[in-house]
Amino acid sequence: MTPAISPSDLPLILPLIILTVSTLVVMFQTAVRRHHATAALLTVLGLLAALASVFAVMASPQYQGPHLITPLLQLDGWVLYGWLLLLLVALGVSGLCWLYWRDSARPMEELYILLLCASLGACVLIASRHFAALFLGLELMSIALIAMLGYPLASEGDQKRPLEAALKYLVLSAVSSAVMLFGLALLYAETGSMDFAAVAGHLTLAEPQGLYLLMGTVLLVIGLGFKLSLVPFHLWTPDVYEGAPLPVVALLATLSKGAVLALLLRYASLAQLHLYPAIITGIGLLAVASMLIGNLLALMQDNPKRLLAYSSIAHMGYVLIAVLLSSSWAIEAAGLYLAAYLLMTLGAFAALSVLSAPQQEPQKLEDLRGLLWRQPVAGLTLIVMLLSLAGIPLTIGFVGKFYLVAAAVQGGFWLLISALIIGSVIGLFYYLRFVVVLIQAEAAPQAVKHCNLVGNTLLFGCVALVLLLGVSPGSLLAILRNIAASGF
Amino acid sequence: MILLSLLLLPLLAGALCLLAGQWARWLALLCMTACLLLGLQLLDGAQQASAASPWIAEFAVDWIRRLGIRFHLAVDGLSLLLILLTALSGLVAVAASWKEIENRAGLFYANLLWTLAGVMGIFLAQDLFLFFVCWEAMLVPMFLLINLWGHEGRLRASIKFFIFTQAGGLLLLTALLVLASLYASQTGQWSFAYKDLLQTEISDRLAWWLLLGFVLGFAVKLPTFPLHPWLPDAHSQASTGGSVILAAILLKTGAYGLIRFAVPLFPQAVEAMAPLAMSLGVASILYGAVLAFGQTDIKRLIACSSISHMGFVMLAVFAWNEWALQGAVMTLLAHGLSSAALFMLAGAIYARLHTRDMAVMGGLWRRMPAMAALAMFWTAATLGLPGLSNFVGEFLVLLGSFQVSVAFTTVAALGMVGAATYALLMMQRVFFGALPGEGPVAQAQLFDLDRREWLVFAGLAVLTVWLGIYPMAALQIAEPALQSILLLASQGGQP
Repeated sequence: MTPAISPSDLPLILPLIILTVSTLVVMFQTAVRRHHATAALLTVLGLLAALASVFAVMASPQYQGPHLITPLLQLDGWVLYGWLLLLLVALGVSGLCWLYWRDSARPMEELYILLLCASLGACVLIASRHFAALFLGLELMSIALIAMLGYPLASEGDQKRPLEAALKYLVLSAVSSAVMLFGLALLYAETGSMDFAAVAGHLTLAEPQGLYLLMGTVLLVIGLGFKLSLVPFHLWTPDVYEGAPLPVVALLATLSKGAVLALLLRYASLAQLHLYPAIITGIGLLAVASMLIGNLLALMQDNPKRLLAYSSIAHMGYVLIAVLLSSSWAIEAAGLYLAAYLLMTLGAFAALSVLSAPQQEPQKLEDLRGLLWRQPVAGLTLIVMLLSLAGIPLTIGFVGKFYLVAAAVQGGFWLLISALIIGSVIGLFYYLRFVVVLIQAEAAPQAVKHCNLVGNTLLFGCVALVLLLGVSPGSLLAILRNIAASGF
Repeated sequence: MILLSLLLLPLLAGALCLLAGQWARWLALLCMTACLLLGLQLLDGAQQASAASPWIAEFAVDWIRRLGIRFHLAVDGLSLLLILLTALSGLVAVAASWKEIENRAGLFYANLLWTLAGVMGIFLAQDLFLFFVCWEAMLVPMFLLINLWGHEGRLRASIKFFIFTQAGGLLLLTALLVLASLYASQTGQWSFAYKDLLQTEISDRLAWWLLLGFVLGFAVKLPTFPLHPWLPDAHSQASTGGSVILAAILLKTGAYGLIRFAVPLFPQAVEAMAPLAMSLGVASILYGAVLAFGQTDIKRLIACSSISHMGFVMLAVFAWNEWALQGAVMTLLAHGLSSAALFMLAGAIYARLHTRDMAVMGGLWRRMPAMAALAMFWTAATLGLPGLSNFVGEFLVLLGSFQVSVAFTTVAALGMVGAATYALLMMQRVFFGALPGEGPVAQAQLFDLDRREWLVFAGLAVLTVWLGIYPMAALQIAEPALQSILLLASQGGQP
């Protein structure tokens, strides 16, 4: 009875098809003959093809606005925008993976298969408008990430840290998924449908909201909040970031969070959560807690990865403000901050990653002392990314925050704005401390890996985008305005 | 186009300095001279300005259309004077750093030029978003200037500087966004243009809060007691060139922001806030003098004296009449010149003695009579000797604030006694008295001023005397602008 995918829909999900095919191709190549560089190359090609197909979909005559593909997925401007960002990020991370493990003696090809699976899961997650698709995409992405986190288990050196990270993420991810499933079940019990919009239907009814709806939404937010590492579901973040290898951490921080954020915005929009004051208050409290606690805890960190982990908690708090807005501002502000966050985080982790090798990652800020003079490209990238995360003008981080505050001022969310400002001021302390270490004249004695051409290009690209979009974000804002206008 | 080049020239020259290595200082010198010449060219247009149309030149392009943000530059008499001061201070800073900076000179001059580009942007911006971007953009190069080329306490000084200024900036941003959003809700269109935001209708209560945000943001830069703790550290720990830029120009941006934006945008709240702000201004005057009196580090003494002088400006802005504003403008110019000279002096002493501690100095006039004579001149300028420009400024400020409040003026006038105290103290400790037989003074090679130092000091001295005897030269240029601003504020923004 359920309508299957019609042939006319296939060109529209071309990116998903290409990702699937690439996964199979890399699997095949691994089975035939193991070769790290080839696997990396095939992954990159697959991701590039998927990226190109996103443009093809945008230009294709069959796409004329929001389009349902089976009841599970919906294709619209926001989805295409999200696919573009996530595929770019996945592309960057695959480059990082190759750079990081290129001298490793161990077989690494499965990592790329998992990377493609994670990308596929993320893309499905963004496009979903049905609980089944939500769960499918989320789990595909999470399970692939769990395996990637613990991937270097059989490799040289200390195996305990990645294993700890992977197990922590596995257990907590499983628990949060279970909690979320229960929430989805309650929502289904209340609304009788698994579509996002069905929840909206129930919120607009005249009767007071039922307990099932409240509990269901709360549990769903908890499940997603874990993935976004919002306070108080953030406890796994610093430990997992610290233990896992840098490229995988980059993927976790960008792809996983970006996809869930895009989904949350869609859900909030389709389910019209802004009609539900209790939920809005709850999400608002989560945002304030994340902004303040994330920044406060980062103050005491000495490990660069843990510092970036806590800062990502704070940033997720900032962008959660956009979820609370009901107008088209929400899409524009969230879309802008999403792009900004992904770029900044990718850039920061990329800069750390190109300097590292398995078991040779910087453990303390002191290890990066004087980086600007020893390795100008990586040092400069890290400095620009840190300044962007701190919200200094001429970077995209500032534009994102500015837009967010402008949108929040429109909605009158004074508590959130105050929290954002206080959080930003606290953030200045540790970002500045990090930058100061990087520009110190006396360099650390420990040698770091030297950056090669591919790494340099990647870093240059990140810096250029951050600065260019910071100085002239007009084109990006125009795109987002179109997306907001065309609606969900 | 001149306006755009005033902004772009330092930016591009700074980028070139990165590659120029040892030639960077020549490039910086050229760039600043070019900026000065461009500014002087605008002086011709200043003759035609009047209170009804105070603008000499304008330049505008769309930037972020979604929020009504334009890249809008314009110059009137007030901005022009400050731009000339900027270019001049840039020249002095380059001259001061000529021999001092050898390590990574290219990067130093690049940061110097980029800071000055930011400052130019602040004085030219007519769009509040652009203003804010320039406000923040001058933070990072200045931070690097202090952090990388400063003295032993540079780490703490640079971080303090950054955090204080950024925190103030965030308050400014919030107030700005609330104002812009209010305008958008009233007219249905977003705009950050100064002229548009002037016409927003704001309730009295909200205006007070927004004014507070603006004033706090600018008062950190000025700085006003109690937001001053960053200043003594930053000024004393920076290299000579950095100190010159900080004292001569960066402090003026706070004053400019108050005069141009804070008061005209919220005139009704200014009256309510005036007692508080004026008392803080007076507190700065007196506290700055007390602080300066207690210093043993010569640069810290000069830095604390800046707090005192800028207190006069705070007093003048909230007195808000023509005399007070003219006094404020005169004080800004005079303080710019005198503090640039004093910091260069301190730098000259440091270059010879390698210490800033006045306790080990003394009797230097015997060995360096020229430097001593010029130091006496600048001491006289700082304490407000009539005939020199600082006196004109302080006199006009006190005259203006007397119209508003006799009490505040009386207490503020005590500040002039304070100025005499610390200035003469500095002179006595460093140059007069017995020449120490041991310590840095005895071991150092005390050669008198060289040609570069003579040139700078002489030039600044001539300007100070000229402005002291003929202040109308500057006040004439500023008059149309100040009258127009007073008009804007009194009409509540309706042109």
